[in-house]
Amino acid sequence: MSLAFPLAVSALLFSIGVFGVLARRNAVLLLVSVELMLNAANINLVAFDAWWADALHAGQVLTLFVITIAAAEIGIGLAIVLLVFRARGSSDLDDLGILDERADVPEPIEADIEAPAAIEPHEVRA
Amino acid sequence: MNLVELAFVLLGALALGAGALAVTTARVVHAALWLAASLAAVAGCFLLLAAELLVWIQVLIYVGAVVVLVLFALMLTRAPTGPVPGAPRARLIVAGVVAAATAAVLLGTLLGTLGGERIDLDSTRVGTASEMGGALFSGWVLPFEALSVLLLAALIGAIALTRRLTAPAPSRRRSEEQPADAAGSTAGHEEGSGR
Repeated sequence: MSLAFPLAVSALLFSIGVFGVLARRNAVLLLVSVELMLNAANINLVAFDAWWADALHAGQVLTLFVITIAAAEIGIGLAIVLLVFRARGSSDLDDLGILDERADVPEPIEADIEAPAAIEPHEVRA
Repeated sequence: MNLVELAFVLLGALALGAGALAVTTARVVHAALWLAASLAAVAGCFLLLAAELLVWIQVLIYVGAVVVLVLFALMLTRAPTGPVPGAPRARLIVAGVVAAATAAVLLGTLLGTLGGERIDLDSTRVGTASEMGGALFSGWVLPFEALSVLLLAALIGAIALTRRLTAPAPSRRRSEEQPADAAGSTAGHEEGSGR
């Protein structure tokens, strides 16, 4: 098989991920785009492993490590997104322009615990 | 173009099409499901490149765990199920230009330097579970152990981040600050019911 096909697929998949990271407004979907970019790198690693016929399987082992790190990354990333959503009431990246705790939403965590009926205070955009 | 190349091109087109839909669709839940389709097609590409163990790991971890985690996160952040307005047109144009430039640079360098090479799939060693286990535990033991520590740290970090630290606080607040806070909480409830 020609090496050009895996290389072309991975390059195009990576640029699709770049587009998603730059264009998406929802923080969860930004992480989805990052996963696409990581998979593009994985295709390259596996293709070079097969091309080299490596006895130590460096490409495939590194792909395994990338998958592991991606799982850890998306776990932590989604935890952070969830925390930001609880604190600010939105996961829209355009709304998250300030870093400090001065949220315009007064303590939605308390509302979350005490009054589950009244917890749709904000619109979420993607 | 032989049969393997044809299958790879079809799977690659599937991965690219599903990936493009995942980053452009207006419905956020559909984006997560298109991601699952794209990752499954990438698993098929791995199979054609003689990475047998990685196919199962890709299906188990990515198509199984990561996509379900993304769907859970969309639910917990109350993402709408209907179509949502996308980014402004100017940003879409900038993102498209940057993505096209990235694709041009990557395609130019990769295909320009290595595009003529061929993978000899008959002589390559298939990455079965025993083959990968031998490689992993002969030459890659230290990184493997470091990764286990990383996963443990990520596990503890995710739990520590999302734990509600205010668990004993509401009862104390209720008992101590009830008289002073009554007016404010009543106003809050009226506002909530008014919606």
